[in-house]
Amino acid sequence: MLKALTKSIWVFHVSAGSCNNCDIEILDCLTPRFDLERFGIQLIGSVRHADALLITGAMNKKSVPRMKKIYAQAPKPCVVVAVGQCALSRHMFRYSYNVEEPLDKILPVDLYVPGCPPKPEAIIDGIVKLVKKLRSGK
Amino acid sequence: MNIRERIKERLEGKILDWREFSTRRIYFSVEKEHLFETVKILFKELELRFVTASGLEAPSGLEIIYHFSFDRSGEIYSLRVFLEDKKNPRVDSITPIFPGAEWIEREIWEMLGIDFTGHPNLKRLLLAEDWPEGKFPLRREDEP
Amino acid sequence: MSHRVIVPIGPYHPLQEEPEFFQLYVEGEKVVDIDIIIGYNHRGIEKLSESKHFDQVAFLVERICGICSSSHPYAYVLAVEDILGGEVSVVPERALYIRTIIDELQRIHSHLLWLGLAGHFIGYNTVWMWAWKYREPVLDMFEMITGNRNNYAMFKVGGVRRDIKDGDIPALKKMLDDLVPAINLFQGAVIDDPVIGSRLKGVGVLTREQAIDWCVIGPTARASGINIDIRRDEPYGVCDRLHWSVIVEKDGDIFAKTLVRILEMLDSINIIRQCLNKIPKGPIDAGIKDIPPGEGIGRVEAPRGECFHYIKSDGTNRPVRHKIRAPSFMNVASDKVAAVGGTISDAAITLAAVDPCYCCTERLAVIRRSDNQKVMNGWDLIKLCQEKTDKIKEELLGG
Repeated sequence: MLKALTKSIWVFHVSAGSCNNCDIEILDCLTPRFDLERFGIQLIGSVRHADALLITGAMNKKSVPRMKKIYAQAPKPCVVVAVGQCALSRHMFRYSYNVEEPLDKILPVDLYVPGCPPKPEAIIDGIVKLVKKLRSGK
Repeated sequence: MNIRERIKERLEGKILDWREFSTRRIYFSVEKEHLFETVKILFKELELRFVTASGLEAPSGLEIIYHFSFDRSGEIYSLRVFLEDKKNPRVDSITPIFPGAEWIEREIWEMLGIDFTGHPNLKRLLLAEDWPEGKFPLRREDEP
Repeated sequence: MSHRVIVPIGPYHPLQEEPEFFQLYVEGEKVVDIDIIIGYNHRGIEKLSESKHFDQVAFLVERICGICSSSHPYAYVLAVEDILGGEVSVVPERALYIRTIIDELQRIHSHLLWLGLAGHFIGYNTVWMWAWKYREPVLDMFEMITGNRNNYAMFKVGGVRRDIKDGDIPALKKMLDDLVPAINLFQGAVIDDPVIGSRLKGVGVLTREQAIDWCVIGPTARASGINIDIRRDEPYGVCDRLHWSVIVEKDGDIFAKTLVRILEMLDSINIIRQCLNKIPKGPIDAGIKDIPPGEGIGRVEAPRGECFHYIKSDGTNRPVRHKIRAPSFMNVASDKVAAVGGTISDAAITLAAVDPCYCCTERLAVIRRSDNQKVMNGWDLIKLCQEKTDKIKEELLGG
């Protein structure tokens, strides 16, 4: 089932309390220089059609319930991509009173893209690696 | 008369201490009972711009500093009020004077527990609804 | 109509039945009230600051907002240097020039980002792609100087962390030269295009009195006739040694805000050029080790307005209190008067006009006053916004 998805991945972006840098770099992937769409990867507007969730942010207490709901609405199978240091480990906010557990304790993460923020090349590289891995069978 | 002299003159009798830390940084205190009147004079009459307010917990009480900018000279006048009652700190809200103060008073209320009498909309600004009552993140009481 | 689907601004994150960020209450087509709910990015940075030492705080505050990523560390180091006697007395000459260059480059990239989003909201997607395409060379310049496209890690108390190589200066100047025709293109497009003029003039007006009462700052204030700019009122870096101007417009509408930002970009290019021409040789770091007890305030003119930091130190190596006031904190609150009274087809662009952080404009809902029913989501609002532009286009150019 997942192999079929790898022809054209539709990604949906969720922010769980981020500083915007990762979000802007994800949007940057759409711009002419990086042009995500030539790989068949599309950033879409509805979670109901998402194949992959790109999650950024440091797991802010107000945002985590929202993120969980979005994950619940995404049709399974759905891969979860943690973009940016905050999504990986909450980065320098891990001792904050308003930050919850790291993302991979809340949702099952399939791909980690480190960086603060990760460059668009890194994000695209990560997604392409994930596609290759899915194509060769888990 | 420059703005510094005008402030001293208009607030005569209210100023408890006055410290010029540098050419553009002036810190002074007033009693909390005089806060509303003082802010009205600074904002409406002398036309300073309100920048923000910062609250902090000191060993003997709580302190709020209201920062006002006089843009023509680049000076900042920081007005300090001290609240001795840590259990039920309250002070007059300045939001009735100008709406730009609404958000910062809500933030200080939820972070430090200071009550602003007369605030039109005192409810949570940043913290989640299920954040426990009575727990104020910027207070040190809960720290080990 | 009981449309229960809530979609935030930006066609990227639909959301089902969650607390909304901007709740617009409507009667018919008119917005009668607005509720603004924030806190989705609150990471407790002021409290975290108290547990980090002064050098670490600069890295922490950089991540408050990714778009004005150098304004916060700059305001923070100015606050600490205020305790030490002021930037000019502490920081070496060359570092002052480098600081100003980074600050102005950031202004250009931020305004281009806003221009792209604003273009998208009113339906000019070409503007969006072009503005973001021309943002890339600016990010390349950052990478050349600092090693990263965003989050530059340049500011430290007493100077900057990295130097600009003299060999890079011709390349930087060339990149700036290449930017000028693009920004002139945007300027021409905005001023001459009758559709944009008709679409944005008189829309989302914030009067001068309202701007004063809500204490707004930055381009939002300057577009309403308030002549304030920290670079002139309380100069930092080398702003007081260069030739530049404060851009002020009177009308307070979105057209004025757009014009202010475009003209500021051209001015920033000019400032950077002057810096690259005049930058002296010398050290870039004063090697500050200890911070004495005291209080300090630092402020810079971020792309969105005055960014204010207050530091209280007790002589140890950690701040006792760090108060951070981002410019959007004041500007977004003023949406209460700017959006109310307008129509829902103008709501999306009015809310975007104060240039809030992108993440902040994530969630939006329209609620019908008469029965408190949600009737529209953010995606619908943007579509309405774009449709109004199409209608105006037809009236002016078509038929």
